[in-house]
Amino acid sequence: MEVLFRNVRELIERAETENKLISEIMIEQEILMSERSRDEIMEQMSRNLTVMEEAVERGLKGVRSVTGLTGGDAVLLQKYIQSGKGLSGNLLLDAVSKAVATNEVNAAMGTICATPTAGSAGVVPGTLFAVKNKLNPTREQMIRYLFTAGAFGFVVANNASISGAAGGCQAEVGSAAAMAAASIVEMAGGTPSQSSHAFAISLKNMLGLVCDPVAGLVEVPCVKRNAMGAANAMVAADMALAGITSRIPTDEVIGAMFRIGQTMPVALKETAQGGLAATPTAKAIQAKIFGGAVLHRD
Amino acid sequence: MKFTSVFDIIGPVMIGPSSSHTAGAARIGRVARDLFGRQPKWAKIHLYGSFAETYKGHGTDVAIIGGLLDYDTYDERIKTAFKEAAEAGLTFEFIPETDHTEHPNTARIVIGDDDMEMSMVGISIGGGAIEITELNGFPLRLSGGMPAILVVHDDRAGCIANVANCLAKHNINIGHMEVSRKERGNMALMVIEVDQNIEHSILGEIENLPNITKVTRIKN
Repeated sequence: MEVLFRNVRELIERAETENKLISEIMIEQEILMSERSRDEIMEQMSRNLTVMEEAVERGLKGVRSVTGLTGGDAVLLQKYIQSGKGLSGNLLLDAVSKAVATNEVNAAMGTICATPTAGSAGVVPGTLFAVKNKLNPTREQMIRYLFTAGAFGFVVANNASISGAAGGCQAEVGSAAAMAAASIVEMAGGTPSQSSHAFAISLKNMLGLVCDPVAGLVEVPCVKRNAMGAANAMVAADMALAGITSRIPTDEVIGAMFRIGQTMPVALKETAQGGLAATPTAKAIQAKIFGGAVLHRD
Repeated sequence: MKFTSVFDIIGPVMIGPSSSHTAGAARIGRVARDLFGRQPKWAKIHLYGSFAETYKGHGTDVAIIGGLLDYDTYDERIKTAFKEAAEAGLTFEFIPETDHTEHPNTARIVIGDDDMEMSMVGISIGGGAIEITELNGFPLRLSGGMPAILVVHDDRAGCIANVANCLAKHNINIGHMEVSRKERGNMALMVIEVDQNIEHSILGEIENLPNITKVTRIKN
């Protein structure tokens, strides 16, 4: 099977030699591999973008999950931003609140677009709809944001993992944050190489993050990890745009993430047996929600 | 490469909360239904690893039942799939298993009706992507992302050539093909991934070839 890139090094080399955006390389590879037209591919990504937009809007109005464990925090953050008391910057807090909004909708069994997974679906759209207000991108640039994120995610999925059960939360929210960091850089006019550094800086700070969902639900701590994933992505993007580079090459960071995931105990890989899921409060929550009986959702 | 499309990463559009445990589970259920060819009357679903530990919280159970009812990952009816199943005459049972499996998110789906029974193993490999690893005891590797046909046949010379010739006659390109058997000279299974959905008439034509027992397809 012919592919245009198998790792980040090849992706960046191709983008820089051909003087193209990373998103363009991803689109070209998708055309090649799926044998579908550019229009079809752009149209499908545009539909995904619309789903993300609707999820953020719905979350910002306030939702609550079936268990009541999560919901409403995106609204709290928006109110706080409007109060003008925010310390870490309104753009960053906006990204955080929109990431939270998406994951609150996900926890409520609403419709979302996995990026790269459902549990980590908040980071990419959260950052996108926040930086949008500063960078005023066209619709096409917003669609390209998703292709750039997809290009990096594609490498991670094939060379490491994007599954919490296989690699812990570093593989999910870690990948999502790093993907978002790379996309922010491209949208802000940074070089492909800067996107790669942003990705590496972001992922390095997510290494080792375990997947320990309370009661096995994609709620606690997932929603707040998306919040911090969005914040991590924004700061990593700013660092790379400032000219800071990663000393460890991006592909080696991905390799490290993979090996950490392999050696991570099963109790910390989405089995709800370790970490936060094993705390007394988490166990009490689990007993209260399930009580040994099947959860009915209808 | 396990992941071949950008939409494996940015996608699928789905009902929450988990791409591997909800969307992937729905897809495994839907492929099982596709291979069965119609809606089963009963289902016994064995869950392993993380699926077994967390299926209630992730809606893995409703998602698999939704898949067996032919719902896509974004179908809102997944949330009420148990009720829909009762109305559609599908009874089911979930059995969490403690055996260790190669992949943490594994489900064995045994389904049937008055005439037929089928057993299939699917794994959810992340981001909603799945693989089918076993069908009625035959090991195989099938993504479910491409249209495919599965041909159960006698392990005899010429079977594979006959099927390939039939597809060639209808101008159908084979993207990937695998043959497996349980023991020499007995039953064998061909898994053929193709570029387009195959019409029922062609399936019938293949089924009428010598030494062919059964042909099923996966739509895309």
